Parts: sequence; structure tokens; C-alpha cells
Amino acid sequence: MPFPQPRTFHGRQLVFGQALLDASRPIPDGVIGPDGRPSVRRFNVYRNNVVAGQVSTLCDAYPATVKLVGEEFFHAMARDYVVTHSPISPMMFDYGSDFPDFIDAFPPASGLPYLGDVARIERAWVEAYHSAESLPLSASCLKDILANDLRFLSLQLHPSTRILQSRFPALSIWRMNTESNEGQTIHLDDGPEEVLVVRPDADVHVYPLPKGGARFFKALLQGASMVDAADQAFESDDPFDLVAHMAMLFEAQLVVGTRTTQDNPHSSGVQHG
Amino acid sequence: MKTFNDQSSHGSIAPARPKSLPSLKAGVGLKPEHYRAILDQHPAVGFFEIHAENYMGDGGPPHRYLTAIREMYPISIHGVGLSIGSSGPLSEAHLLRLKVLIERYEPAMFSEHLAWSTHPSGYLNDLLPIPYTKEALRRVVEHIDTAQAFLGRRLLLENPSTYVQFAESSYSEPDFINEIVRRTGCGLLLDVNNIYVSANNHGFDPYAYVDQINHLAVGEIHLAGHTRELDTDGSPLLIDTHDRYVDDAVWSLYAHAIRSIGGVSTMIEWDANIPDLPVLLAESDLANAVSLAATG
Repeated sequence: MPFPQPRTFHGRQLVFGQALLDASRPIPDGVIGPDGRPSVRRFNVYRNNVVAGQVSTLCDAYPATVKLVGEEFFHAMARDYVVTHSPISPMMFDYGSDFPDFIDAFPPASGLPYLGDVARIERAWVEAYHSAESLPLSASCLKDILANDLRFLSLQLHPSTRILQSRFPALSIWRMNTESNEGQTIHLDDGPEEVLVVRPDADVHVYPLPKGGARFFKALLQGASMVDAADQAFESDDPFDLVAHMAMLFEAQLVVGTRTTQDNPHSSGVQHG
Repeated sequence: MKTFNDQSSHGSIAPARPKSLPSLKAGVGLKPEHYRAILDQHPAVGFFEIHAENYMGDGGPPHRYLTAIREMYPISIHGVGLSIGSSGPLSEAHLLRLKVLIERYEPAMFSEHLAWSTHPSGYLNDLLPIPYTKEALRRVVEHIDTAQAFLGRRLLLENPSTYVQFAESSYSEPDFINEIVRRTGCGLLLDVNNIYVSANNHGFDPYAYVDQINHLAVGEIHLAGHTRELDTDGSPLLIDTHDRYVDDAVWSLYAHAIRSIGGVSTMIEWDANIPDLPVLLAESDLANAVSLAATG
């Protein structure tokens, strides 16, 4: 199909970029080799650089996913993603944030329904790795809070905190496909898993959450008070152990700030879902 | 013509931080694979160069390691995403990220590419070539003026490695680059491997290119490995891959450049198939030796 081939500087880049991402387009007019003639071979170096570079970025960001499906399958899947999803910034560690959603909707991967959730754990890991620093508090930060104020207590969680819920044993599958954990056996009917990812200091930690934990931690992340977050967790069908989760908040070094506010003790500012 | 100070006028310089580059001690690219070895072994190397965009996250190990390494070494910041060669405007958000990074790490040098990567469809993750026309020249000059004014320091502009030319180009690459230098007062990061790659791919004399470029503007030299592929007619098509040792022919061209220009801060780029640190350091030692021999 013909399309404009303007030789203005702007038109040149518009057409160059379009042809770069869509290999079905002809190469732009006036892109030449040393003989002065158009060179598809040479233009394809750029096509390949862009696609291969972004595929390689995804490979680095999703190593367990690569391991699960094999390099050939992953590369084919990543190429499909790359040609329809350009990075929005030059910070390539940000690239591929919605790749797990793409995997969920990628028909050839439908036989591995847990694959997107494994990729979500990897994505959470990368986000935690690059997230802002904040100094975790020990449980003693609660000692000066008056008993009467406890019901108004809100906790500020570490900015690297990520909570995931999977219908599958995605965490177990992820662990089995990271370098240090091989050789376990996992059954897909092992049931759903909830996951906490956090980087309180130098290293990213990935923890399984006890049942109900995801609802509790998500509510806290959204700014709910301890009491409201616990109420939400108790509402779930799963038994919820508040004491165990309180302990986990500090053992996993999740808490970086506390606040007691009586301004709006029945706050309904928590978003459900 | 504008002039710019080499050192940032912003922020305080911690007394312990090595500030300037030793003129003849070559540096290497900083790779996460080498973070621990560098801190443990404190190798004798002139400086480490970072890709700016890899350190634009909010926090985490990249900043932790870089902060520790910066306490021991000078660093230089090499941007790959500003898209100076774009026909559209520079990203103010990206300029601000660069400014924050420069103020935080106080690099001895800051460089960017004569290339573009921004497009209405998104960021194109490559260093794309521009036509050498009057219109492109005006735009590039505007962008460098903007960047130097915003960042408050001189920028070193890197010559590209390219695989295609544009029918509408009316300048040779060295003429185009020299004119940018004349109009903006920017410096040059002379990538000797890029010159060699482009010379092969487009059939010009790399030695003549080195002779023609404005020697006084050169503030840094890059060396890297390239890959030899074949063009459709069977002639070599060189790809700038940064994945292996510097080619012998590039070392020869480097020696010629040093003989012509004098000693210049030189840096080894090795960005894929990354070797153990000693291999990289041996390449920087070789750069020191070649430079020393060339300056007699």
C-alpha cells in the first residue's frame, strides 16, 4: 500500500519509525547503501536491533517465564508483544509492565494458565528492585501509641511492597524456575497462592502469604487503618489470623511509618477489589 | 557562540570523591555483573561510565552500588535516550531526570548521541540515524543548546555508527558534526569503533574522518567491539554490537586518533556477552598502552 514519503526531517522520521515497527511496510524512500540504491538489508539491521533489543529486555525481566516455556516459545511470544507495544520511555527497566496481561491473552500460551501470574511475580520483583528506598521500623514503633488510639492506627508500608493473588500455585512454580530452587514437584491443583514481594533493604524478598493475607495487605496499601484492613480480611471466606499477619508486617520489614488519625475513624476511603 | 563550564555548577562536591578524570587512565563501562568485584577488589581503572537510563529508577541496588563506587572513582554519564536527533521536541521529563542524575553523581563528563529514538508510536529502543541536511542541523543545534542550558554543563556529542545513508543528505558526517560543535560549543565523544564501522559500511576513509573532525572539541574516546556480517553483495557489513574485544583495525585507528589529537580520556564499551571484570580491565590497560605509545 502506498504511503507518503516526505523528505522533510519530520516526515522522514515518521515514516522511518513506522517502517521500523511494521516489517510488512516497504522501506522508506531514499534510505540507501553506498551504491546510492535503496537497501532493505541495511534497513533491516535497524528493524532487527529494535525488536531484538526489546525481546532481550523482556528475557532479562522474565527469566522464570523463559524457563517455563523455553527460549524459542518465549522469543516468539515476546516478538508479538514488542511489535504492538513500544516502550513509553527510554528507561527500559519500565518496559513490559503489561506483558503478564499479554501472556494471559496469548492463545498459544493458553495451555499454561498460570504463566501470566508467574510473570506477575517477576514483574513485581523488578518493580521492587528499582523502587524508592525507605527505612523499615521495628515493632517497637507501636509502643508509644496509646491503647485508645490503636483503632485509628494506619501503617505506611514500604514503597517496594507488591501483593499478588493467583488462582494457581504461581509462587511455587516461580520458585521452582529460579536458579536456586529446582527439582520440586508442583501440582496445579495445589490451589491458589498469595504472594508478598518487598525490598526493605538491599535484597528483594518474595514470601508466601497465609490465607486472607492479600486482602489485608492490599487494604493497608490502599491506606486503610489496621482495624479496617483486618475487618476486610475477616470478611473473606478464608480464616484470617490477625496476630500472625501483624508479626509478618514487622518480620518482613514492611512498615516504614505509622499514623493515628481520629479525623475519620469510620473511613470508607478504602477501595475494594 | 555559547560556552559552558565542564563542571556542573550545581550541588556540593564531597571532598572524598575523585572529581576529575586522570587524562591518560582509560575507563570501562559499569556493568551490574561487576558491581561486587569492583567494590571487593578496587581495581586500578581510570573511571567507570554508566548508561544514564539504567540509573533513573527511584532506588534500589543500581543506586546503592553506584553510590559506593562513586566514592572511589570518577564516573562519566552516557545518555542513550535523550533523542537529540529527533525532529520533535526534547522530553522535558527526560532532561529533568538527567539533571537529577548529574547533580547526584557529579560526573566528570556527560555525553549523548547524534541519533534519535522518539516516535509518535513510542520510544524506539535504538540509536537511529539522521539525514545530514540543513533542517536536521538546525534542529540538532536547538536541542543541544536546550540540553546544555538546562543541564548547566557542556555535553559531549557522540558520532554514530550507521548502516544506511539518506539520499537527501548534503553534508559529510564530519562536516555536519563540526558545524554542530561550532554552533553549540558542545564537545565530542569520538567513538573510534563507530567511525570504523560506518567507514566500512559506507565506503569512506576512517583515517580521513579522524583528520577532518575538530580535534580541539574531542573530550572523550569510545572503543568497542563490532560484528562482521555480510551485505547482499557479499561485502562486509559491520554491526556495532559491543559484544567482544576491540578489533585490531580499530586499535590502529585509535593510535592514529591519539597521535592526531593527543591523550584523551578513553573508555571501553562492552554491553553484551559481558566478560569477567579482568578481561574488561585488560582492554582498558591496552588502551593506556596504545595511547602512551602513540603520544610517545
